Amino acid sequence: MKIGAPKEIFDGEARVAMTPASAVELLKLGHECLIESGAGALAGFSDRMYQDAGVDVVKTAAALFKAADVVVKVRPPTDTEAKRLREGQLLISFFYPAQNKDLMELANKQGASVIAMDMVPRISRAQKMDALSSMANIAGYRAVIEAGSNFGRFFTGQVTAAGKVPPAKVLVVGAGVAGLAAIGTATSLGAITLAFDVRPEVAEQIESMGAEFVYLDFKDSVQDGAATGGYAAPSSPEFREAQLKKFRELAPDIDIVITTALIPGRDAPKLWTKDMVEMMKPGSVIVDLAAERGGNCDLTVPDQKIVTDNGVTIVGYTDFPSRMAAQSSTLYSTNIRHMLSDLTPKKDGVVVQNMEDDVIRGATITHAGAVTFPPPPPKIKAIAAQPKKEAPKELTVAEKRANEIAAFKAQTRNQVTLLAVGGGLLLLVGLVAPSSFMQHFIVFALSVFVGFQVIWGVAHSLHTPLMAVTNAISSIIILGALMQIGSGSFLVILLAGLSVFMAGINIFGGFLVTRRMLAMFQKS
Amino acid sequence: MDFGFTTAAYVVAAVLFILALGGLSGQESAKRAVWYGIVGMALAVAATLVGPGSGLWLASIILIALGGAIGYQLATKVQMTQMPELVAAMHSLVGLAAVFVGYVAHIELGRVMHMMAAMGPSLTEAGRMAMMEQQGVHGFAALLAHKSPIEQSILRVELFLGVFIGAVTFTGSVIAYGKLAGKVTSTATKLPGGHLLNASAAALSVICLIWYFNTGGLLPLFLMTLAALFIGYHLIMGIGGADMPVVVSMLNSYSGWAAAAIGFSLGNDLLIVVGALVGSSGAILSYIMCKAMNRSFVSVILGGFGATTGPAMAIEGEQIAIDSDGVAAALNEADSIIIIPGYGMAVAQAQTAVAELTRKLRAAGKTVRFAIHPVAGRLPGHMNVLLAEAKVPYDIVMEMDEINEDFPKTDVAIVIGSNDIVNPAAQDDPNSPIAGMPVLECWKAKQVFVSKRGQGTGYSGIENPLFFKENTRMFYGDAKKSLDELLPKIN
Repeated sequence: MKIGAPKEIFDGEARVAMTPASAVELLKLGHECLIESGAGALAGFSDRMYQDAGVDVVKTAAALFKAADVVVKVRPPTDTEAKRLREGQLLISFFYPAQNKDLMELANKQGASVIAMDMVPRISRAQKMDALSSMANIAGYRAVIEAGSNFGRFFTGQVTAAGKVPPAKVLVVGAGVAGLAAIGTATSLGAITLAFDVRPEVAEQIESMGAEFVYLDFKDSVQDGAATGGYAAPSSPEFREAQLKKFRELAPDIDIVITTALIPGRDAPKLWTKDMVEMMKPGSVIVDLAAERGGNCDLTVPDQKIVTDNGVTIVGYTDFPSRMAAQSSTLYSTNIRHMLSDLTPKKDGVVVQNMEDDVIRGATITHAGAVTFPPPPPKIKAIAAQPKKEAPKELTVAEKRANEIAAFKAQTRNQVTLLAVGGGLLLLVGLVAPSSFMQHFIVFALSVFVGFQVIWGVAHSLHTPLMAVTNAISSIIILGALMQIGSGSFLVILLAGLSVFMAGINIFGGFLVTRRMLAMFQKS
Repeated sequence: MDFGFTTAAYVVAAVLFILALGGLSGQESAKRAVWYGIVGMALAVAATLVGPGSGLWLASIILIALGGAIGYQLATKVQMTQMPELVAAMHSLVGLAAVFVGYVAHIELGRVMHMMAAMGPSLTEAGRMAMMEQQGVHGFAALLAHKSPIEQSILRVELFLGVFIGAVTFTGSVIAYGKLAGKVTSTATKLPGGHLLNASAAALSVICLIWYFNTGGLLPLFLMTLAALFIGYHLIMGIGGADMPVVVSMLNSYSGWAAAAIGFSLGNDLLIVVGALVGSSGAILSYIMCKAMNRSFVSVILGGFGATTGPAMAIEGEQIAIDSDGVAAALNEADSIIIIPGYGMAVAQAQTAVAELTRKLRAAGKTVRFAIHPVAGRLPGHMNVLLAEAKVPYDIVMEMDEINEDFPKTDVAIVIGSNDIVNPAAQDDPNSPIAGMPVLECWKAKQVFVSKRGQGTGYSGIENPLFFKENTRMFYGDAKKSLDELLPKIN
């Protein structure tokens, strides 16, 4: 089939949905590739490069739409483009069907199938086609770079002959893909990076990227991101209050704020309010990655960079990926290519839209003359649900005290009972046994006691030497044999002699082995 | 020489023995402590040789010297990895010696009583002694002759106990030695009848005790000895290899109690003191080991693992293998590394390779530490000794509680030949046979490498979900070979 990529019409959009490299792969799937003349120019791919890769360069968009069976794009189609779609044609593009209902109806009326790249479900298998993630990754990286170019200082702290430079403090709000990419970039530039997210389970990811997770002092049961396919869900008003309070605390110290908080299918939540901006130091920078959806910051102006009265720069660009068109085109076209290879199971150039497939079904929004959005929930859950953890109960001081007293009482009771029972038994024995026995018994009981007291103090690492040494001294049995050897018959002498002999082995062997072992222990 | 001197020497020796055990609280003081033990033993033997009741001291010294020569040979020749076997083997000697001493006491007791009966009750004490002297009764037998009838009865009980415990220790240690040395299968095996056999043997022993108490004949003593030998054999055969640390310390404890029981029958306080010290130390060690495995002492003695209460959690994922290049790359990048050695390291004799790896990594400025689980290996503290042998400094060798919290901050955890002690099922799966056992939480490290011979399960025979975790890579092969391959790649 013929796969065509038109030039993006959207103003300032530099990306392209097909690169020479991805075209080569598509050709291997048995497809033919078309590209509109000049489509890749802004991303650094000339027509010549496409031709060399075996792509037909078509003069106009109209001609391309006519010729192609599958149209691949970056931005959602404009009305003009949508009207060019025809029966049986397949469009693969970002679409945002929830926000672009009319456009979706239009495409459906034209009889075209549409696969929305932003609707690819978040399951492991579909990661290779997850264009949102690959774009978010670029956006996060670029956000830090933009912040840096507008920030008048180093990111990293330095001590130089010309004075000491404090490190920049960066706060990343929202630790999705973009947030994590921003954290990674900021930390690798040497900034002190803090990060916040409403999903506590991402704390580990944040810390793994080298940032410090900003914990909220909030008791309510916190939401589990796994239930919503790994995305954040709207939070309760109380939670929001706690969150804003924390941000107000942080605002005066922070040099750079990068906000990436988005909730699927909604306007961006306002998290960085006007008063926080006013609290920030002059020269600070805010980069609002949610600008396209209204922005996380009150003062964000989409597509613009503004400077507030107190000298805080707010970057509201919505085209971060496009600003790195070469990189983003490469990644996006690879996502598209993976989607097409899933759509071409036999690698024979025939597109089969298998609506049983979770990924294809989820991303398809119109098909065979019907709107298929929203999709049913995927059969496979994206992320295993976090097992609910029983939080250890915080004890009040009074409770702790009570517990301690109870434990102490129990211990006392145990000890007293043991002593009483032990003492009673001893007395009983004493009633029957002669005094000569009891004298030995006292020695025995005391020795057991001393043994217990002494052995608890032995270091764990010395347990083997302890065994060896106790083994050696247990050959004290030799005393018994020595006492007997001189008395009586041959049999007695033989048995006693054997005992002496064996104990002798044990004494020397045991002590020597212990010494050998101990001699090996050394400090570094 | 008289009683006074001997007793004084015994007091000094007893104090020295207590100091010897107490000194083991630290590596440095331990070196001094051994000398206390040696001097104490020398003093005790010397005092007994010159004290009352002994004779033939030339023969005794020759025998000690002979035994000493053999002991010296054994102790200097043995490999550090064979230490558990050696300790177990030496326990059996103590057990057997206790049995012999008990029998001699029995023979002498019989002889003295026979004589006394022949002499009749009319003689005074002094006269009786004089007569016996004439008939060639001296030494130990003379001591016995002083005893009153009640004391002699008690003596029988003590002697009986000493022989019983000694016999159990003897066969038990022999079997433990066999298991540790790989000469006897290390799996838990029982004769048909299981614990019923042990119980009936124990019951037989009790019957023999009553019989012996009343008659003082050789037959009940002999029967009991056979029963005790059987109990020792069967008890230890029924305990799996993984429980060997408990078994060895338990046998250690038994040998102490045997000595104490003999001490009672001979009326020798030093024997009682030392026996009690050894006995209680072994008991505490067993307790510590059991606690480390979250198992009760009884369940270890009864052998095998308790029945599971439900199906084990299914494990998802697969074991992903990695080669030495991958491990080397990860190690070169890592800053903090924790190594978790287990019995597999001892089997493969890999401790020197591990030490070499440690030296190289430390030279590169990385933090390298060792995490030792209390029951790693086949002896309490087994791993510490092996690492010490390979000259790993002991201050980077940590125990479980010291280091468990540090795993999340660690880049790479290397598991070398250990399995159950790093099994997350102990925490996650309430149906697991090892549920609740404290384990080293190595899976919390950023990356885990497991050096392992193959895909088999550990001693407890259960799957280890660690091997299937996303951040775990399996480094298959003999531990020593794998490490030798890895070493040149570390820079």
